[in-house]
Amino acid sequence: MVGKTTVTAATIALDRFGLGARPDEAPPADPKRSVLDQIERLGAKPAAFDTTRSSPEIATQYAAELQKLLGSDKADNLEARKALREEIQALYRAEVEARALAALDTNTPFMERLVYFWSNHFAVSANKPRVTALAGAFEREAIRPFVLGRFNDMLLAVEHHPAMLFFLDRVGSIGPNSQAAQRAEAGDTRRKLGINENLAREIMELHTLGARSGYNQSDVTEFALALTGWSTGRIGEAVPNHAPGVFVFRPALHEPGSRRILGKTYSQPGEGQAESVLQDLATHPATANHIGTKLARHFVADTPLQPVVERLSTTFSDTGGDLPSVYRALIDLPEAWTSQPAKFKTPWDWTISALRGIGRRDLDGINVAPLLNQLGQPVWRPGSPAGYDDTAASWAAPDALVRRVEVAERIAATSPSDVDPRELARKLFPDSLSEPTAGEIDRADSARTGLALLLVSPEFQRR
Amino acid sequence: MIHRRQFLRFAALGAGAMLVSPGIVFANVETERRFVFIIQRGAADGLNTVIPYNDSAYRTLRSELAIDPSTALKLDGTFALHPSLGEISRLYTEKQALFVHAVASPYRERSHFDGQNVLETGGSGPYQVKDGWLNRLVGLLPKSRAEAIAFAPTIPLALRGPAEVTSYAPSELPEAPDDLLMRVGHLYEADAKLHPLWSAAMEARGLADRAQAQRDPASIGRTAASFLGRADGPRIAMIETGGWDTHSAQNNRLANQLKALDTMVGALRDGLGDVWQQTTVLVATEFGRTVAANGTGGTDHGTASAAIVLGGAVRGGRVLTDWPGLDQRSLYEGRDLKPTLDLDQLIAAVAAESLRLDPELAMRTLFPGRPSSQFFHGLIG
Repeated sequence: MVGKTTVTAATIALDRFGLGARPDEAPPADPKRSVLDQIERLGAKPAAFDTTRSSPEIATQYAAELQKLLGSDKADNLEARKALREEIQALYRAEVEARALAALDTNTPFMERLVYFWSNHFAVSANKPRVTALAGAFEREAIRPFVLGRFNDMLLAVEHHPAMLFFLDRVGSIGPNSQAAQRAEAGDTRRKLGINENLAREIMELHTLGARSGYNQSDVTEFALALTGWSTGRIGEAVPNHAPGVFVFRPALHEPGSRRILGKTYSQPGEGQAESVLQDLATHPATANHIGTKLARHFVADTPLQPVVERLSTTFSDTGGDLPSVYRALIDLPEAWTSQPAKFKTPWDWTISALRGIGRRDLDGINVAPLLNQLGQPVWRPGSPAGYDDTAASWAAPDALVRRVEVAERIAATSPSDVDPRELARKLFPDSLSEPTAGEIDRADSARTGLALLLVSPEFQRR
Repeated sequence: MIHRRQFLRFAALGAGAMLVSPGIVFANVETERRFVFIIQRGAADGLNTVIPYNDSAYRTLRSELAIDPSTALKLDGTFALHPSLGEISRLYTEKQALFVHAVASPYRERSHFDGQNVLETGGSGPYQVKDGWLNRLVGLLPKSRAEAIAFAPTIPLALRGPAEVTSYAPSELPEAPDDLLMRVGHLYEADAKLHPLWSAAMEARGLADRAQAQRDPASIGRTAASFLGRADGPRIAMIETGGWDTHSAQNNRLANQLKALDTMVGALRDGLGDVWQQTTVLVATEFGRTVAANGTGGTDHGTASAAIVLGGAVRGGRVLTDWPGLDQRSLYEGRDLKPTLDLDQLIAAVAAESLRLDPELAMRTLFPGRPSSQFFHGLIG
């Protein structure tokens, strides 16, 4: 029965709040302190990101290559397009590898978990080439620097980021009474100019207030109008700083006039109008409840109890969205330290913990991006702006288990042959290893089989 | 030690041997029939799938997104089919395809995630029902060996619930040795959650024809056919498709999406051979898209859409609709195609008639608390 697995506080600190134990690190003497301390010492930028490039650098190169394509003849064009697609895929794979290397090397795994949490909360999906190219940069630029800050700062960074603007079709959404629309009407162009309400809807439903929290279609439409003009730079613009991959506000596309959203009138001109809406959404009680629920679901239980959610949402409200205060409240919850593992690891977290578990700090022989595709969680490609679901029902499934066994077998095959899986199991789960798992590893016919069994054991799959 | 015996049987199947246990009673006549649900996640644009080309407002509101009727496949004097749907249009000519237009679930807001929750659970509102209607449908069938399967690594919500179901998706990973699979079976024996999942996985592997394990639409259709075509295979299946949320560059994207759907359906029909006569496929989405094009060459979230019913026994060659029209006053909230038919009732009727179940019982079980209607009947022969 599941109830057989009971884990110690040290294992909870390492697994529920971390990315799994490493064989070369001693278990924490003061588990709770070990998690709290990580909030105080978010280190320097991980070394794995030394060679990554910024959004403007990536987008400028992409735009230049795309422009070259438009000038070439048709046969060259097909070849060159294919080459560009492959280039973008290579960039994506390199970004995924950098993320994995940072996770293997980190001594603040709780921080990495928070980066993943927020990156999934503000999900972009790499289904369009531009988003594929910028997905890694988005997480490094709009999520990572803000996980220990205030919620409203992260929200503003995310909604200004070109990856989000491309993903939710903001670029090109035009106010029907804007200067641009009036000029177009005078010129009688065939192309229809107007708004696109995608970003406005998802900000309210997914990023801030949450579904069924009291906003209506008119709030969405009004917010979409407030957001007109939010765009990115294009190649060859005469205006300084208007480069590809840079946020640009275009007054000519902005719908003039004041907007009424959730009962409040916003009469600011220009870019400040939507920013002002975002500031109000960031501190709305529904947002506090939405974020509290998601954090509790991520770290405590698939269906968190209402008092648990309330403790987090109250802290969120009381501190105006100060995220470290919310994390401290989370770590202080007795419900977060129950000795029954309540969460099933996502494919990414499981893969990282497996590699950490066998002591890897490199990815030799492992192609992380395709591996995660096979495990059912392509990195930065949830397919929908809601991000990946965060409950066991989404990850613990028949075929998904077989995939993990296949991957565990490959990972075990790459580990040094002198690893004793029995010893490793006791080291990674001090006083937390279950009887059946210990027995099955003891009976394995080889170290490689024993290691694979450890990596797919019930205690390794849950946290 | 029943688990081990079962496991060994599955392992033998997994190794490629055709092992038929003499203990298995083959399914009776009722369960010879198959039902496949294809979900279109992301709000598929029904108006450019089954096109009301004769509604004058269509051209005006859709402007550059309107499909040119001369390129579309005409169904009747009112509707035409998107040019990407060649296979499905042939099925229509053979009276094996039926379209239902201006249809919607009871959900009337515009969130994908809430809309899909309503479509898959069969509740009246989001998060009111925990399990999926397709799982409850499994519960209405006589128990046989492998009733339901999701062609995905995980189980979509519509199939989640008390009835045991499995999942299968082609993997590009090297297979794990059978010995390791058996040991994992032992490892999970005492785990109440992982043990049944593992047993189901081993059973599905036993049925899979892994020679054709690819992930393109034609291969997915063939893989599904290889499961459903077997006498001892599943009778109910679900296939997920995504990418229908066309807020921008809709013309190309929707053409590709529909082409993939069409190819998958064609491969499923071809792969099933004679079994196609006993198979019904239902294609549906959570809601439709705005009638008017938006400012970025796409459409935003709307309300009613179109559903497709396909199969050898479908009384097809028809478009079922109570067409509300597209003039401004007829639109839902002044922007969307108005729902005039109920998707829940359509699903219950198609499922019941396909599997020879009592339609009233199916409606009560699949969509508890929702009104039943006699509108949909005689859809499947």
